Amino acid sequence: MSDQKYPRPLPTPSPEAQRFWEGTKKHELWIPYCRSCETSYWYPRDFCPHCGSREVEWRQSEGKGRVHTFAIQYRAFHPGWADEVPYVTALIDLDEGVRIFSNLVEVEADPKAIRCEMPVEVVFEDVTDEITLAKFRPVSE
Amino acid sequence: MTTDREKAGWLKRIAIVGADESDEIGMVPHKGVLQHHSEAALNALDDAGLSLADVDGLFTAGSSTLQVAEYLGIHPTYTDSTSVGGSSFVIHVEHAAAAIAAGLIDVALITHGETGYSNRFRKVSRAPMDPWFPAAQFEMPYHAGGPPSTYALACMRHMHQYGTTHEQLAEIAVATRKWAMLNPKALMRDPLTIDDVLSSRWITYPFHLLDCCLVTDAGGAIALTSAERAKDCKKPPVWVLGSGEAHTHWTLANMPDLTTTPASISGPLAFEMAGVRHDDIDVVEVYDSFTYTALVTLEALGFCKPGEGGAFVSGQRTAPGGDFPLNTNGGGLSYTHPGMYGMFLLIEAMRQLRGEGGERQVPNAKLACVNGTGGALSSTGTLILGVD
Repeated sequence: MSDQKYPRPLPTPSPEAQRFWEGTKKHELWIPYCRSCETSYWYPRDFCPHCGSREVEWRQSEGKGRVHTFAIQYRAFHPGWADEVPYVTALIDLDEGVRIFSNLVEVEADPKAIRCEMPVEVVFEDVTDEITLAKFRPVSE
Repeated sequence: MTTDREKAGWLKRIAIVGADESDEIGMVPHKGVLQHHSEAALNALDDAGLSLADVDGLFTAGSSTLQVAEYLGIHPTYTDSTSVGGSSFVIHVEHAAAAIAAGLIDVALITHGETGYSNRFRKVSRAPMDPWFPAAQFEMPYHAGGPPSTYALACMRHMHQYGTTHEQLAEIAVATRKWAMLNPKALMRDPLTIDDVLSSRWITYPFHLLDCCLVTDAGGAIALTSAERAKDCKKPPVWVLGSGEAHTHWTLANMPDLTTTPASISGPLAFEMAGVRHDDIDVVEVYDSFTYTALVTLEALGFCKPGEGGAFVSGQRTAPGGDFPLNTNGGGLSYTHPGMYGMFLLIEAMRQLRGEGGERQVPNAKLACVNGTGGALSSTGTLILGVD
């Protein structure tokens, strides 16, 4: 796969998020963690947004969580998605205690097939040679 | 006991003395953004009995005050381009009132102009986002695409948590259309039924097309001054009795609670400063980018409890003749919504409080609550406005 063949917006890893994107490329999910207040947080910053401490590190997530909420996108807001609608966006509550924005995949884009609090696990989508996106699929309870 | 916020009530009484739209609103392909700003500014100043030469403070969002001041031909000595989405203009009222109360300026002009409808034909594109910004990195790659997609996620959580239904959301669209039918300036004035809303196509589940606001061209402006200066204005003043502002997040993943809005912060600040109760309010103007935005805002402001918004708006309670007059101009859903709608909440509150509502006038409206919402349910400004 090359960048030219992926028609949708791609992330450009920022300096403080390099570790996250290096992780997804290896099909691992890494989340920032504050040693001072012992809390995971999202998104990556060089300090903890809960307590302001700079004593932060990266911890690997199990990649399991629940759908906090979802929406089904019937309109492509970027032309690259035109052939993908309807498509499911979701906020995922990871077991490590952070909420992240992603897509639900391997599920029918139908409100009857999806519900809030549905358990999910991470799947990795290698969209270019450089970028892998972390998405989520339903798993049984 | 007087609270700190009550004490913070303006040292001098602050008055809104003029308000109006630009000459034409709706679908206006032959006019640009700055024409909307300037027409509205001149109309609002005329409404107040003031002129551009009186203005020493300029406030706007979207465009910079640099651009608007030059176009208007004024040299303001106090400016504020606070741009936090559609709530900005409501928040500007608090900033302008503070500047007048502090004696820094005499006359504040707040202007708005946008061509949300016509931009698509002129191929006006949005400024690209810095690709290192969190939203570009952690939302855009997953097809987060503008307000419909983010507000839908919040609404879905509300439906899950509280059992809010599509029918309850549609009640708001239908009631708001009934108000629009009484407003000659409203774009959408054909009758609407709950079934029409429920059978309109999906934009982003759980939103049907008719749960979503319009995209129009429009401008608006208001003028504020001190109580003393207001005596020389054309019409009786509308007082800024209480105000509050808040924002809680930018990316949706950082929203503290998907089922409310920062109006749960700005609302109590405004009510406390005004020293009034919810039961005292005669007319309510809240941002309705989506039916859900209005519903959740009523909860966040405390007009009903969290989760009770659906029941609260049922039975066309917010329609003309109902006991809770809401969005009496026809709202962003049916009157106009150029992109950042907050200015139009203020203009309608002014008209109602001055008794200028025509066919849609709420009888004996003395006290109004206004709440603007911006971003992804990110920012709010709440005002309590009243007349003597």
